[in-house]
Amino acid sequence: MMEKKLRLLGEIMKIWKLNTILDDEIIEKISIGDIVYLSGILFTMRDMAHLKAIELLRKGEKLPFDLKNKIIYHCGPLLKGSKVVSAGPTTSMRMEELEEELIKLTGLKGIIGKGGMGEKTLNALKRYHCIYMEFPGGAGALAAKQIKNVKEVYWRDLGDPEAVWVLEVENFGPCFVTMDSKGNKLR
Amino acid sequence: MNEIDSDIIVEAIRRLECDLPEDIEKKLLEIRGKEEGLSKIVIDSIIENIKYAREEKVPICQDTGIIEFFVKCSKEFKKIKKIIEEAIRRAVIEVPIRANTVNPFTRENQGENLGRFHPIIHFEYEDNDFIKIDILAKGAGSENVSCIYMLDPIKGLKGIKEAIINTIKKANGKPCPPIIVGIGIGGNMELAVHLSKYALLRPINQRSSYEVVKNLEEELIEEINNLRIGPMGFGGKTTTLNVAIEWAHCHTASLPLCVNIQCWALRRISILYDGKETKIIR
Repeated sequence: MMEKKLRLLGEIMKIWKLNTILDDEIIEKISIGDIVYLSGILFTMRDMAHLKAIELLRKGEKLPFDLKNKIIYHCGPLLKGSKVVSAGPTTSMRMEELEEELIKLTGLKGIIGKGGMGEKTLNALKRYHCIYMEFPGGAGALAAKQIKNVKEVYWRDLGDPEAVWVLEVENFGPCFVTMDSKGNKLR
Repeated sequence: MNEIDSDIIVEAIRRLECDLPEDIEKKLLEIRGKEEGLSKIVIDSIIENIKYAREEKVPICQDTGIIEFFVKCSKEFKKIKKIIEEAIRRAVIEVPIRANTVNPFTRENQGENLGRFHPIIHFEYEDNDFIKIDILAKGAGSENVSCIYMLDPIKGLKGIKEAIINTIKKANGKPCPPIIVGIGIGGNMELAVHLSKYALLRPINQRSSYEVVKNLEEELIEEINNLRIGPMGFGGKTTTLNVAIEWAHCHTASLPLCVNIQCWALRRISILYDGKETKIIR
């Protein structure tokens, strides 16, 4: 799973090649400064999808997709027909208010976004064993290159940028780990 | 009206979204060697992304922004507005650009990137046969951290600088640094905002012709880079690629200041009809 170690600025950081279904054992080994490349599926979830998911979960209802041990991506992809042509991260901090609850209620294990998140999320990452990663902001074309297929789409009524797109990815990265499950953050 | 049609605007939008202006790319290549660690990997990814987007003719960033038009012409404002509307509608499918506009209350997205008061067009009367359309596509990540201040005049240059630095500190890694800062000083509230957008249209190595403003631009570039926010906020030598300031006279009791933060993907392009032919220019 771990590909290699790289020495940068005197720090040893690890480069991981991971499947997108994560468990606590792997999560605990990953630290801030590490770089992750992911293969498998990602669920895009941004503002409105967070709001809708939380509303449903608070009512005790189930989501139409299962996020347990999965990874969500703060992203509103741009598609041409059924092909994703540009799909970089959106600013994660907008989801700060709802992220803790989403982690708690779904058991998701990873979040990809940009710009970092707040204390509330950091505590949730520690408590529920989850990591926060960042893809280079604005590099939407590069991200789309690593997206092989759209497997499914949910909640399209929210508008295409806000819908939940289930994306099949291959070596999706670099994803920089900027908040880990041990209470550390990079910034 | 044959000087400008929706074909040329759609083509301009395609280049706007898929091909970063040369001056910005050059600057990014220049700073690549200065960064280390994660920040260097970020800049490498950005440069790889720019090249890939250009080759594949796909948008650099999925947030194709709100596209804003600055039109200078002598007549036919209504026709130009209709043509731009048509071009936006087509670009959503043909480029493609993302349907970003929603009703602010219901958040409903009609899928055309249009809606009440869209597209955003600023018309300026020009007393000749020329038609110039400057186009700017700005994403929400950087627009959301931009700020307008109505400072007290006694705060002066020092107060202006403080407000700018604090805005950028607060924005930190959110607007996808390295950023470009467009600043509007003076005018009234909305003119300061307009000027700050206008400043982003200026080539990044061109300094203001007014000495006071030129000095302020140079000092700010240095001070912002000294914040060491760095690419994506991972630390490093480059936080801003440029600071451009436009200014206007203001009310004796006011000191309006708009700090317009722009991500590294500064997407701007122009269309010019010179009386004979129409060209896309950069």
